[in-house]
Amino acid sequence: MTNLGVSSHIASILSMADILAVLYGEVLRYKSEEPKWAGRDRFILSKGHAGAGVYAALAESGFFPVEKLKSHYQDGSDLSGHVSHKGIPGVEFSTGSLGHGLPVAAGMALAAKINNKKNRAFVLLGDGECDEGSNWEAILFAAHHKLENLVAIVDRNMLQSIYSTEDTLSLEPFAEKWKAFGWNVVEVDGHNHEEILNACKVKSKVENKPLCIIASTIKGKGVSFMEKNILWHYRSPQGSEYEAAMAELELNNA
Amino acid sequence: MRDAFINSLTELAENDKDIILLTGDLGFGVFEEFEARFPGQYFNVGIAEQNMMGLAAGLSLEGKKVVSYSIGNFASLRCLEQIRNDACYHDANITIVASGGGFSYGSLGMSHHTTEDLAILRALPNMVVVAPCTKNEAKEATKQLVSTKGVGYLRLDKTAAEEVALAQPFSIGKSRIFREGTDLTLIATGGILEEAVLASKELEKFGLDVKILGIHTVKPIDKEEILKSALETGGLIVIEEHNKDGGLGSAVAEVCMDHAVLPNKFLRIGLNNTFSSIVGSQHYLREQYKIDHNAIVNSVKKLCNL
Repeated sequence: MTNLGVSSHIASILSMADILAVLYGEVLRYKSEEPKWAGRDRFILSKGHAGAGVYAALAESGFFPVEKLKSHYQDGSDLSGHVSHKGIPGVEFSTGSLGHGLPVAAGMALAAKINNKKNRAFVLLGDGECDEGSNWEAILFAAHHKLENLVAIVDRNMLQSIYSTEDTLSLEPFAEKWKAFGWNVVEVDGHNHEEILNACKVKSKVENKPLCIIASTIKGKGVSFMEKNILWHYRSPQGSEYEAAMAELELNNA
Repeated sequence: MRDAFINSLTELAENDKDIILLTGDLGFGVFEEFEARFPGQYFNVGIAEQNMMGLAAGLSLEGKKVVSYSIGNFASLRCLEQIRNDACYHDANITIVASGGGFSYGSLGMSHHTTEDLAILRALPNMVVVAPCTKNEAKEATKQLVSTKGVGYLRLDKTAAEEVALAQPFSIGKSRIFREGTDLTLIATGGILEEAVLASKELEKFGLDVKILGIHTVKPIDKEEILKSALETGGLIVIEEHNKDGGLGSAVAEVCMDHAVLPNKFLRIGLNNTFSSIVGSQHYLREQYKIDHNAIVNSVKKLCNL
């Protein structure tokens, strides 16, 4: 998709690919043939720039034909660079400006509580976007209102737009911050499916706390020359670079 | 107007469990009854407007009819991108209520002067922008905005014009005629319509028979009545407690130009690209910035060479 569309953010997508695989493969309750099924778990990608990853996950999960992915980034396409819900079955919410997903997911979780519904609201954030104050407003709110049906997963790849998160606006001690705000925090290897799955199963209800999963990841995971290299936040894989990247990913899959 | 709003909302909530009122920690002495009667439908979300608007979007996408409340610019500008992306783009069902339009909180200073909101909010797609001119309009606007799908902005003023018996029933998007006349049309939005009413009485002494058009809905605007007034009266004088750039006067001019209708006379009375660093009561500041009834009379006299 990012090759055909000559689009950015491939490294951001690879960073969270394992998390999406576990969510759509094993955790989220949904019916791809009935995208608006009331009992579905809500999922919002707050780091909207990695939208191509969600489109791919949705297509692979049967929400729309995989063929459609080829139109990503193209003239007239509704598969925009930053994730958009219009005309795309399965996309719960459009993002792209950072710091928007968590407040909305908190609203959805609150609605589910008010309506006595069992579904959960999941939101996947980038670590860099935790610079945004709106997140911390929502973090306060979710703990105060005991939104135990809310799960925030942070893709902790340590890199943001220009420097590392710690060189830009340090987030550490990150887990302690969420804990101090009243959240139940689980730290996992964000590329270990079993750890991600187990974390999503944590029953926050016992403690009446929202759940934060800090997933330690590698930006550009799976392609050696992209890993931990900020260039690939922007660069689109073309020509020999594309072929080399695909070869490495194929090898990993084997 | 604030009382008219909360009374109207309370009436609605009696029969509608889906109404949720969010406040950004404002409304002391206003929401106590609502909170006591509908405890599961009221949340003071704290002083956190961005989160409030995100919550509103999330709740509304789950079927709730959300009302978000704050004062002045906090209700709108502080969370403008959430309004644009989360509310408008998602066709959410939210009524954004801002108490204190224009110089309602005149003495509190620049931060509390709400004088660009209409221009900024009417620029957003899928947005309905309402600034009631009377208390009754505030009551009806609350009812219609909350009951109608979509994102609405309700600007509540401390002052209000007197309701007029002959004016048409309230309907979003339709202006109301407060006085018939042929020589000129005074057009206003919000509580400052009272200044237009006072000015019309004074202008009568100079032999001018003016029509008064109250435009409570700035978007979508009542094109038909504006064009009719432009064609059938001697000109349009647009009055607003708001900066002129992009405000009601601009909206009226757009309607005229889009339809190639040129009023014989045209004048915008509003703030001239300015912030007020002086404070005072709403009426005092209207005088200072020459948007009160005396200033309207003087401007009209000058325009008509009287």
